[in-house]
Amino acid sequence: MSTLSSALPAKPDTKGPPIPLAQSDLRTTLRPLAFGLLAAGVAGLFLLELTIGVVRVPLRDILVMLVGGEASQAAWSTILYELRLPRAITALVGGAALGAAGLQLQTLFRNPLAGPWALGITAGAQLGVALVVVAGAVVGSTFLERFVFLDNLSLVAGAGLGSALVLAAIASVSRRVSTITLLIMGLMLGFLAQGLVSVVLHFTNETQGKVFASWNDGSFAGVHWDHFPILIPMVIAGIATALLLVKPLNALLLGEQYAATLGLSVERARMMALTSTVLLAAPITAYCGPVLFIGLIVPHLCRGLFNTSDHRILMPAVLLMGAALGLGGDLFVHLPWERHFLHLNAINALIGAPVVIWVILRNKHMRSLAM
Amino acid sequence: MLTIEHLSIGYTAPRTPTYVVAEAINLTLNEGELVCLLGPNGAGKSTLMRTIAGMQAPLSGSILIDGQNIHDMPARERAKRLSVVLTERVNAGLLSGYAMVGLGRYPHTNWSGTLGEADHEVIQWAIRVVGAEELAHRNVSDLSDGERQKIMLARALAQEPRMMILDEITAFLDLPRRVEAMRLLRRMARETNRAILISTHDLDLALRSADRIWLLPKGGPLQTGAPEDLVLSGAFEAAFANEGVDFDRQHGAFRVHNAVSGHVSLQGGGILRYWTQRALEREGLAIHATPSADRWHIEIHDEADATQWHLHRGEQRSQHPSLSDLTAHLRHLQASPAAWDRQ
Repeated sequence: MSTLSSALPAKPDTKGPPIPLAQSDLRTTLRPLAFGLLAAGVAGLFLLELTIGVVRVPLRDILVMLVGGEASQAAWSTILYELRLPRAITALVGGAALGAAGLQLQTLFRNPLAGPWALGITAGAQLGVALVVVAGAVVGSTFLERFVFLDNLSLVAGAGLGSALVLAAIASVSRRVSTITLLIMGLMLGFLAQGLVSVVLHFTNETQGKVFASWNDGSFAGVHWDHFPILIPMVIAGIATALLLVKPLNALLLGEQYAATLGLSVERARMMALTSTVLLAAPITAYCGPVLFIGLIVPHLCRGLFNTSDHRILMPAVLLMGAALGLGGDLFVHLPWERHFLHLNAINALIGAPVVIWVILRNKHMRSLAM
Repeated sequence: MLTIEHLSIGYTAPRTPTYVVAEAINLTLNEGELVCLLGPNGAGKSTLMRTIAGMQAPLSGSILIDGQNIHDMPARERAKRLSVVLTERVNAGLLSGYAMVGLGRYPHTNWSGTLGEADHEVIQWAIRVVGAEELAHRNVSDLSDGERQKIMLARALAQEPRMMILDEITAFLDLPRRVEAMRLLRRMARETNRAILISTHDLDLALRSADRIWLLPKGGPLQTGAPEDLVLSGAFEAAFANEGVDFDRQHGAFRVHNAVSGHVSLQGGGILRYWTQRALEREGLAIHATPSADRWHIEIHDEADATQWHLHRGEQRSQHPSLSDLTAHLRHLQASPAAWDRQ
């Protein structure tokens, strides 16, 4: 405290050399470049998604079709508009949504392993969907026969309700139980959802069962234009809320007590963040099934890349990184393989599990299980 | 500026009787004043601090800041008037000290928390005031406890409140830093015309630096006054009454009360005498000024090159180069009553 001997300024004054904002480290200096690269990566992956597949469509034709022109082969137009464009948009939006949901949950619960899947929110949505299907079966077995899977608004409602209930339960007990307990609860909910989905699969007819099974594997491929009027507005509302929350989330880094003394109404911020999470995770799960790991690892990748916990930087970063990961994973699954056994979640696990292990080993509290 | 009327603090929970920690509290806190809240453990210091900070509802009564009840105020308005530093260890992840102090601008910035020119000026001022220039660029999670508290204090300052509530802020600091910190806070209160309320265990420091003390004895009514008033009225002795510990009004400090296990006489003066006396008292020896044939006599020889303690009784004598050596020898002598007692 060398300033003690000198006179204390009564008013703000800026005598002396300016104080550096942060360590002038490479990652801080190159931040604009990292953002640029991420955005370019998302755009590039998006175009690759449209070009690459069992049928290769030249990039030129893709671009021509996107601006409203005619492709040199009529079939390409069908491939682009009916298959690849909806899939690519879903992967982009889905990845971004899960990333933003994960970041909010990690800050809100002060838990580095939180995420829509790890906390059982995905499982809640899955359960909701399964219950809607089961309820339909109870109402009449003919319901299942005529049931056009995914074209049903009640599924999104079921997913939303399921994830909201799980979130409410977590929010009410999170202050009394440990991080590990929460994660195990999420895991158990996941098993419960899996079990119920198996039961549903057992009783549905073969065609519906196939659709339901592929949904349950998690994939951005099943979504079509008809679903976008529900999916897109919900996700946009969720992302907008998340962007509005960057300042409260920064205050919450200090813990709820400090955040309150800084002038944050903690209850309102919590409610908003939880609502945003449901708006982001529920429709994605309803339409794409449980997509694992993305929500959990994207915030960590961004913290590592940008070397900050400041949500004003992290929130746009997780949107881009999530979109890139969603597109990348989906692209890898849909490369022109001989056989189609590869699932999106397999790719996510291959990338995600090592990241989670790295997070656990790096985090003192998690390592000792005493957070 | 701050007025507390008929305040009663404590806890309510469903299905359990209301637990009253303290009641009938009437206090005022003025601009430019540094007040220390003192009291034994469990008296309710933290509860009172939390209630004044608006983090906990009072059982009854009111806390007014500039005539407005802080518990009816929107959180943002309250944050513009008072800032808080808690003992709780903050684990904020990857934030630089500067960004942490910047969070203090929270109630003053727009929805995205963008810091303007004026905000940066206040932040830099706050960092300079607490002397944290060297910490600003470092990650808060890499700082030591004391360094982190300094950054948290700068953050509380950057909030530009009328009043600061600091819970055990000096606990993480070593002794010279504590004295510095208190001097700094006192100065800050004076020169920026803010009110500062600190809860502390550090009695000596509070007595030396506080303008006023709020003394909260266990179960008793809260007393307030200048430190010296409370010493003279015996309020401290009453509040901290405990077996084996005496409050020494003469020195304004607690003194561990040792049973007298023997008598010695001491010859010498100055600072050497004072510390020799301390060492002997710690050994439980009563000290007399006049030598006598039936007790050990200690002479302090302060030579240019070395200090020596000479111990003798009748024919027996020994020399000791340090107090550690002297007290070890005395302990050894006391261990065999035959060698110690001559009566």
